[in-house]
Amino acid sequence: MIEARGLARRFTTKTGPVDAVRGVDFDVAEGELVGFLGPNGAGKSTTLRMLTTLLQPTAGKAVVAGHDLLTDPAGVRRNIGYVGQKGGGGLDQRVADELEFQARFYGLSRQGSRRKIADLLERFDLAGLEKRAIVTLSGGQQRRLDIAMGMLHDPRLLFLDEPSTALDPQSRRNLWEHIRQLKDDGVTVFLTTHYLDEADFLSDRLLVIDHGSIVGEGSPDELKHRVSGDLVVLGTPQASIVASKFADAVTEGEKVSFRIPNGDRALPGLLRDLDNIGVELHSVQVHRPTLDDVFLTMTGRSLREEANAA
Amino acid sequence: MLRDTWLVFSRVMLPVVRNPVAVVFGLAQPLLYLGLFGPLLGDTGWQWFVPGLLVQMALFGTAYAGFSLLPEVRTGVMERLRVTPVSRVALLVGRVGKDVLLLVVQGLLIMLAAMLFGFRATAGQMLLGLGLVALLGVAIGSVSYAIALKVKLEYVFASVLSATIVPLMLLSGVLLPMSNGPRWLYWLSRVNPLAHVVDAERSIFNPGSVLYGLISVVALVLVGVFYGVRTFNRESA
Repeated sequence: MIEARGLARRFTTKTGPVDAVRGVDFDVAEGELVGFLGPNGAGKSTTLRMLTTLLQPTAGKAVVAGHDLLTDPAGVRRNIGYVGQKGGGGLDQRVADELEFQARFYGLSRQGSRRKIADLLERFDLAGLEKRAIVTLSGGQQRRLDIAMGMLHDPRLLFLDEPSTALDPQSRRNLWEHIRQLKDDGVTVFLTTHYLDEADFLSDRLLVIDHGSIVGEGSPDELKHRVSGDLVVLGTPQASIVASKFADAVTEGEKVSFRIPNGDRALPGLLRDLDNIGVELHSVQVHRPTLDDVFLTMTGRSLREEANAA
Repeated sequence: MLRDTWLVFSRVMLPVVRNPVAVVFGLAQPLLYLGLFGPLLGDTGWQWFVPGLLVQMALFGTAYAGFSLLPEVRTGVMERLRVTPVSRVALLVGRVGKDVLLLVVQGLLIMLAAMLFGFRATAGQMLLGLGLVALLGVAIGSVSYAIALKVKLEYVFASVLSATIVPLMLLSGVLLPMSNGPRWLYWLSRVNPLAHVVDAERSIFNPGSVLYGLISVVALVLVGVFYGVRTFNRESA
């Protein structure tokens, strides 16, 4: 559905050229739900804007939904859905009107669009809101409306830019279910996010981007496996004895942490061994690697801190 | 292309139709000029003043049109529309169409109101007068949207507008005849295309030639629409 080759974008700013995206190559297969993960400013949105014809690449090429991005942008537009970061409903418009105009911009007839709109209102839990002005909708409702507007012409490829930003936890969950449902219906979904839980929950496959380059790729589980082992944290008054048994162990007061492969299985044996040499333990924790650990190993920075700093 | 333009036009027209109060508010300013400034020109002044007032309405009404685009840029509406197959030209022309329609409706109402004071015009003159004003509206509206799309910020757009509209209006002679002033001021007004449009508008309701004004307005339309279309084709809003 997407074949990007050497896609790059350089912006000219007052302080000199900035390479927002430095030649990315990737493929997205039909029916996949691919997450594009990276901190703010990594180049996610710039890449997405190039793939959706909003921004001219300065180098490289791409085929999107069967059409060449550079020679046939109109073909790309007809075959993709796009839900931007900022939403996209006219605040002074009514829900049903905005949906109908959007459908007709895609060439649907008045009749056809009405039928399609009724479907989508139902599917995205918006039924009954037809006559409401968009400005009066809740954040979650607006977001679902945005996605409904992106799906009116039944695109086989949908782009979502930071879909759950600024939503409360409950609305996010609800939105995720809707996005999953799209995938189950056979829609290829390409979404950007800087939320680890979102990437983890939704994506079949992740592309990790940092400083305009793709630094990692794989399913959330594959990526987590690449971080060597689970994190074990032991609370013990004899922290230094325990620390001496493991390379890379970190001691913090009465806490020792280190990584071992398959921590949950290795733990019983480990505890017996420690007991045999007379080490007293008052707490035991095992943490599976998170995507944040993945990001940390790939980039040397924690995405969580980045997200908090932003 | 025509279908797209009609759709864009209907989309921006719909909130106005649902809530026509805005049209009435738009009439407040010209009505004030009509009631509080017009009488200063004496009983014979109406034939001279009302055509100028119509040009002033075209200037103010459509120059500020760009403001309606800014929230649509900020909330991502323009971006959403640009990813649909809709013609980029239609995104501009449909909007300008709305502003020009409102301008024509308001212009007609102002002429009818002016008749109560003593303004006289035939239906044919009114049609021609509104036609000329509509063309001016197309030119100014196109430029206004293009500039709004470029500057993207309300306060920048507002200062661009006041820096250009006020001198254009003062040098067009809508309020007082430029020929009453010193020579330099008169010649300055002659390089303002709007002054010629005002002269032509007056010539529709009084004896005189519309030629230079017509040439000016056609040139303004060509330049304005060209600039607007180019900006809408290029700018990634």
